[in-house]
Amino acid sequence: MNSTIRDLLTKHGRLPVSVDTIADDADLYEAGLSSFASVQLMLGLEEAFDIEFPETLLNRKSFSSINAIAASVSQITETQQVA
Amino acid sequence: MDKQVSFLDQLFDQGILHDSGVDGLYARSDLFEEVITRFEALAKSFGKDETSEAMVFPPGMPIKDFETSGYMKNFPHLAGTVHAFCGNDHDHAGLLQCLEVGEDWSENQKPTDVALTPAACYPLYPILARRGALPAEGAYVALQSYCFRHEPSRDPARMQMFRQREFVRAGSADQAIAFRETWKQRGQDIMKLLELPCTVDVANDPFFGRAGKMMGSSQREQELKFELLVPVNSAANPTACMSFNYHMDNFGKAWDIRQQDGSHAHTACVGFGLERIALALFRHHGMDVESWPAGVRKALWG
Repeated sequence: MNSTIRDLLTKHGRLPVSVDTIADDADLYEAGLSSFASVQLMLGLEEAFDIEFPETLLNRKSFSSINAIAASVSQITETQQVA
Repeated sequence: MDKQVSFLDQLFDQGILHDSGVDGLYARSDLFEEVITRFEALAKSFGKDETSEAMVFPPGMPIKDFETSGYMKNFPHLAGTVHAFCGNDHDHAGLLQCLEVGEDWSENQKPTDVALTPAACYPLYPILARRGALPAEGAYVALQSYCFRHEPSRDPARMQMFRQREFVRAGSADQAIAFRETWKQRGQDIMKLLELPCTVDVANDPFFGRAGKMMGSSQREQELKFELLVPVNSAANPTACMSFNYHMDNFGKAWDIRQQDGSHAHTACVGFGLERIALALFRHHGMDVESWPAGVRKALWG
């Protein structure tokens, strides 16, 4: 999953550095992720994983690192499969 | 206090505002305007020692600058753009015919170079950028503009066309943040003089759509926007009469406003909702300004 997230970060993140240099647990906002880019990333994730972010996860924390994004996506995938 | 319609009707009955038939678009009485003018003088007096210049803008701004602002990314639902007839004689005849039979006549209305200003400080940033790098002390501008937001409502405190008076600070991050903190306190001091009950709380702008939920929560988490709230129509949902905003270097980057060292400027603004503050005064102190509390009259009329 993390490699898909990295691809989407490259496409939507508008980061000043290469995504390859960012560790899975590194702070993406410190790496230069803007609020607007994180919205584009969120829409990209929804399309790639066929999910819909609930309002409770539409916050800064959900997109703060590659690991955090993976955790959010897993949580949504599990919930939406149950439902 | 929760009967919005009755407060609006009361304002109409007393001749303080006049209905136009379109919600949120009202004529103002001389008295209403005088209260606003007096408030503006009071607000300006609080920033007189720091203000380096003052400007008043017309209600429209260049469409190019409006595009640069990013407003359509975040608030497409509130924006208003100016269109004008750009047809020939034949098109004109068609337009008149449509008008006569009550059909849509907008076919040949084309976009102009003008957008209605959505926030009073937007026209300032391109002016600052054109001057080149800011001086070391930054910029400290007092300004006022009519603004437009497409949100028709019977709440008199939510007009479609209204004025914002602002102070804007552009410079370093430290200068912008210090400015915002100063005005958070000054805003409360002003309301104390006006004997209006208020609270200051972290807030977010009304960003559009689901993506907007994320923008809003992000703005709150970073504590970029605070509002000073006064109960006007509703005790449960008080009205934002002032806002204190730190934009980081978003506008510095958007318009390429630079500091002396070449880095992008940080900006902050304090906005006073002039109609809202006047409405709060009428709501809390009554429709007869002669009988407003002595302290309030002294603060406004001296």
